[in-house]
Amino acid sequence: MNRAVIEFSSRAENVAFARVAVAAFVSQLDFTLSDLEEIKVAVSEAVSNAIVHGYGNDPNHMVRLELTISGDYMEIEVIDRGRGMEDVARAMEPAYSTDPERMGLGFAFMQSFMDKLSVESTPQKGTRVKMIRRAGVPRRAAVPEQ
Amino acid sequence: MNYTIKKEKNCLVVAVTGEIDISVTDSLREDVDRALVNYGVNILIFDLGQVDFVDSSGLGVILGRYKKVAGKGGKVYLAGAKPQVKKVLELSGLLNIMEEYFSAAEILEKIS
Repeated sequence: MNRAVIEFSSRAENVAFARVAVAAFVSQLDFTLSDLEEIKVAVSEAVSNAIVHGYGNDPNHMVRLELTISGDYMEIEVIDRGRGMEDVARAMEPAYSTDPERMGLGFAFMQSFMDKLSVESTPQKGTRVKMIRRAGVPRRAAVPEQ
Repeated sequence: MNYTIKKEKNCLVVAVTGEIDISVTDSLREDVDRALVNYGVNILIFDLGQVDFVDSSGLGVILGRYKKVAGKGGKVYLAGAKPQVKKVLELSGLLNIMEEYFSAAEILEKIS
């Protein structure tokens, strides 16, 4: 097992840092460049949600990434201690969005690009998004869990 | 990321370079909206040929502009998307409502 933990300020400019850091860490597995691009989109969505929805764009908080590589599998956890969600199932519905300028596709992309997606959220406590993907094998889109 | 916005023929061409995520979407949205008003055009081309990454926040900017422009009888075109960008465009369904071409030049040629 190989682990990495990264914490960074909840600033929009750190979304790029997060996706590149994750891609660099998991690239030791047998992922193709196309796989890594998909993983970067999923990480970008989860971290953007933490910043925009978890912390309401307040840059004075921390987003935590916990990365694990075990065998052929990588696991990414994106954790915030922000507002949390009352209704996780509703938030994960395609096209659900609290902002008309956002497409509500964040969770849809995470599901499409990961083998497994689970979301734990507690109002006023925060949200933990866990994404798992296996390297080197054909992949099916994740069936979401809560 | 950076971008240029210019009027060519009767179109507004927005050429983006680099990565589109929430760190840049507010300024991109505001600048495109301002240019649409200032130039008074109703054809918008997003030239994505130099875009290496886009997530749903960037797609939201494109869709939001589409709603504005199409709502006034105009058209929005997408040009030059690289494979990794095209994949998220396809998944999002945006390619079902907007035409996509190899390059902005091809679109300008077509509509002139």
